[in-house]
Amino acid sequence: MNGRREKTPERLVAVEDVRLAFAREEVLRGVSLEIRKGEIVTIIGPNGAGKTSLLRVLLGLQPVTSGRVSTAPGLCLGYMPQRIVVDAVLPLTVRRFLALTGKRKTPELNRILGEVGAAGVLESPVQNLSGGEMQRVLLAKALLREPDLLVLDEPVQGVDVQGQIELFSLIGRIRRERGCAVLMVSHDLHLVMAATDRVVCLNRHVCCTGTPGSVQEDAAFRQMFGPEALRNLAVYAHQHDHDHGERDRGEGRHD
Amino acid sequence: MTDFLLRALAGGIGVALVAGPFGSFVVWRRLAYFGDTLAHSALLGVVLGFLLHLNLTLGILAVCQSLALLLFLLQRQKHLASDTLLGILAHGALSLGLVLLAFVETLRVDLFSYLFGDILAIGRTDLLWIYGGGAFALAALALIWRPLLAITVHEDLARVEGVPVEAVNWGFMALMALAIALLMKVVGLLLVTALFIVPAATARRFVVSPEGMALGAAGCGMLAVVAGLAASYRWDTPAGPSIVVAAVLFFFLSSLLPRRGR
Repeated sequence: MNGRREKTPERLVAVEDVRLAFAREEVLRGVSLEIRKGEIVTIIGPNGAGKTSLLRVLLGLQPVTSGRVSTAPGLCLGYMPQRIVVDAVLPLTVRRFLALTGKRKTPELNRILGEVGAAGVLESPVQNLSGGEMQRVLLAKALLREPDLLVLDEPVQGVDVQGQIELFSLIGRIRRERGCAVLMVSHDLHLVMAATDRVVCLNRHVCCTGTPGSVQEDAAFRQMFGPEALRNLAVYAHQHDHDHGERDRGEGRHD
Repeated sequence: MTDFLLRALAGGIGVALVAGPFGSFVVWRRLAYFGDTLAHSALLGVVLGFLLHLNLTLGILAVCQSLALLLFLLQRQKHLASDTLLGILAHGALSLGLVLLAFVETLRVDLFSYLFGDILAIGRTDLLWIYGGGAFALAALALIWRPLLAITVHEDLARVEGVPVEAVNWGFMALMALAIALLMKVVGLLLVTALFIVPAATARRFVVSPEGMALGAAGCGMLAVVAGLAASYRWDTPAGPSIVVAAVLFFFLSSLLPRRGR
């Protein structure tokens, strides 16, 4: 689209054989992943699987214990954190929030808010936004940078199902219109499957990766989410009561 | 009005101007205890300044800066929560200051004036410090204002968007140490935090932007200085605590007024 993006090579970011350990705990082991231009990649996995840690590594926020992290030169990242709570004691309108790290003109701000479906909140205090509006404003902030790669950490968290469907379709449209790659982390299986090109199942290591269709057939994926969840994929709700032992056995078998 | 009262008024107003913007960040970033810790170390600065034949304000500044650096390094370890670390450093530094003070027999300081301020004794040199140092602190804060605000809202997001987080945070800590050394002259080390947070908390109800809050806090602080000094002159009460009492009164009175914004 613009000059910078045309020069961007196919591979935007890549991690190779990355290991990340805190004190006694190994959070990521032997993780390799690359994000190519224009693709939507979703990382799924149970709680504590290291999804957010992997995002932080890819964003350059978290140094790795070993392994390589490489970023295409001049790559522009747009980041939407999991959740931002601005303390009520800080008076901050959406306008000021969007312009925190760069001067922005009103027409530009209105256009971007329109694009994410949050028109009309420009002068509202950020504390007055609903969960869905805040997610859209965060997305708008990331898009203002005209990123080559959008990194979204649980973008639909705290949003009702209807809002989730809208947000995923919005993310798909942003990719089509802007040509940027999207990397997101999600808890949710069902909605994400429809909105992504490639799924990466993470459970401290990459259990399996591929198109949503092929991953659903993968034994490691079935092991990770259990037959019950797959049978009910259409009404999927993530299970938080994963059995640790079973998960570890699963990893060993499918590594 | 007498000379000493005019100097007190000028010093108090200068200090309130500095306290407003810094106090806003103290409130936004929940740094009340951090400010308190730096202030507690000031007595140690006075004693060391005397021993090393330094200007006492420079002594305070040096000790506050060292403590900020020490804290910055200690926070990298993850074993103790930062409020525990702050408690150790605050009371350790204050006690060390008191113990050293006892050893220096030639130093007869009026402890009360360091603990609670001595605005009525402000001289020309103090005024020079307050206005020179204060102008520098405010100008430097204005320079890092935007990135500091971005870090305050969300540190990781600011980092991804290219803000040099460590440098800005470090710069802010150093400026805080300077602001505390100046505030000390008016309200003393035990009440420094009050001058940071009370006017900022009062202003919050009536503003819709961060800059509005900084200016509003400076205004509330100046009102408190004028009212506190007037009360001190009229009823012969200690000036520093009178200013803080006035600020707290304004805080509670203002909560009766309708708030601005949505």
